[in-house]
Amino acid sequence: MRFLSRKIRDKSSLFWMVISLVILLLMPILLAVGLYLKSLPILQEQSFWDLLTESDWKPMQGKFGFLPFITSSLWVTFLSIIIATPVCILTAIYLTQYAKKRVLAIMQPIIDILAGLPSVIYGVWGVLIVVPFISKTVAPFFGLQTSGYTILAGAIVLSIMVIPFILNILIEVFRTIPEELTEASLSVGATKWETIKYVLLKKAFPGIISATGLGVARAFGETIAVLMVVGNVVKVPTSVFDSGYPLPALIANNYGEMLSIPMYDSALMLAALILFGIVLLFNFLSRMAIIRSEKNQ
Amino acid sequence: MKSKIDIKNLNLFIGKQQILKNVNVQIPENKITIILGPSGCGKTTLLKSLNRLTDLYEDVKVSGEIIIDNEDILHSNQDVTAIRKKMGLLAQRPYPLPMSIFKNVAYGIRISDSENKKTIPQRVEYHLKQVNLWDEVKDRLHSPASRLSIGQQQRLCLARGLAVDPEIILADEPTSALDPISSQAIEQKFIELKEQYTVVMVTHILRQARRIADYVIFMYLGEVVECGTAEEFFSNPKEERTKAYLKGAFN
Repeated sequence: MRFLSRKIRDKSSLFWMVISLVILLLMPILLAVGLYLKSLPILQEQSFWDLLTESDWKPMQGKFGFLPFITSSLWVTFLSIIIATPVCILTAIYLTQYAKKRVLAIMQPIIDILAGLPSVIYGVWGVLIVVPFISKTVAPFFGLQTSGYTILAGAIVLSIMVIPFILNILIEVFRTIPEELTEASLSVGATKWETIKYVLLKKAFPGIISATGLGVARAFGETIAVLMVVGNVVKVPTSVFDSGYPLPALIANNYGEMLSIPMYDSALMLAALILFGIVLLFNFLSRMAIIRSEKNQ
Repeated sequence: MKSKIDIKNLNLFIGKQQILKNVNVQIPENKITIILGPSGCGKTTLLKSLNRLTDLYEDVKVSGEIIIDNEDILHSNQDVTAIRKKMGLLAQRPYPLPMSIFKNVAYGIRISDSENKKTIPQRVEYHLKQVNLWDEVKDRLHSPASRLSIGQQQRLCLARGLAVDPEIILADEPTSALDPISSQAIEQKFIELKEQYTVVMVTHILRQARRIADYVIFMYLGEVVECGTAEEFFSNPKEERTKAYLKGAFN
């Protein structure tokens, strides 16, 4: 009897594990299918390509051009990654190669706290510090006038937000490089910096791509903090001192207040689907890049 | 017997733990010197202090002298990279650099000798031949070194070390990850290399020591128990601990 019940428990625990896994796998698929079905009405009426490349956004007149939102998202995301990645690489190298072990032990919980802060706090910080800094100091330096609610403000806030995520992975990446590789390089007469530049960075390259890819995915989807500082003006931005209106902000600002404008609901769902698609695409591309660079080591 | 490395009163602490206790030995030139002993006795630390890789450890304190070519490398104002270049290092497992076979060997040359760029291909070929790897890799010099078998990788690492023209070869249990045939190839190579180089090799394999040693340093718990020529050491050990170790009382 006892034997039998243990056997049943053994089998049933496996069953629950498989069920959890299936649910996990189904989630993104269900999400994508749901978004697609919801955005079908607008896709049946207007061509997908036109929707992507038009910059006219006038829901009342039935004009839904997504270009301003897509370009704003791309601007903010890439600018933030360009700011965050070098900072993270240098910090990770310092913490793993130069600093005492104690410094790393102190830094790790700090990084975790930064990663765990609610994004609205970063948003408030952006409004209080970054936006005035841009309007009073940075823009005048370039001879420009702006309210400070700009792509640049969004990118700065966003870069601070993604730094802990990228940094955490990079620390792990550099920490798992075997010490013998450093020793091998030093023992043929390389300096520490040469070793880092020619050996460690190269070895870490796939990890750097994957960390950056994760940063891009997070930055792309971040909503509140960005929405609070980018200005939310529907216009294709042409400089970092322009205001922007990223995709997540579009959805968050308007969903639920669509009144009964036809197709508005469907258009916002399409915005979500585009967001989903772009993040998926970046994940795929960074995975490809990782596989390629791992093969070449 | 001309000595190449002269170690005097070497003490090494990591934190409060003493890893090396008053080590006094001489390592003869153009011979294979085996540092023998059970694991955890400080063999590797002694080896790494010879090219100052112990600098990498946190909280290390070293005292004493290590004299190589009339210069105390522990207190030298010479650049540490120049000291390290004098010694090729072979680790327990092969660690090829994340680059092509060619670049692995060229790495040290490029870093230390940027003037003679033109001769690099010849030098790479020479050193790959020196470790009997050339014929196996000459058609794929530019493919990643990690695709080689582990035995080939270890020979590549040896070539990488030899490429910067060292005078000494330091090897830390270089055959422990290798299959018997690759191990034999490395041992054979060492016997050939001692004509031109001073070889210092750490091992805990007694039979390997018997096969290739000219000179043996036996260590136990951070101390040098006994050292001498291989013949003397194996046929006529003086210390009780050596006798016990040779009989296989402990590993």
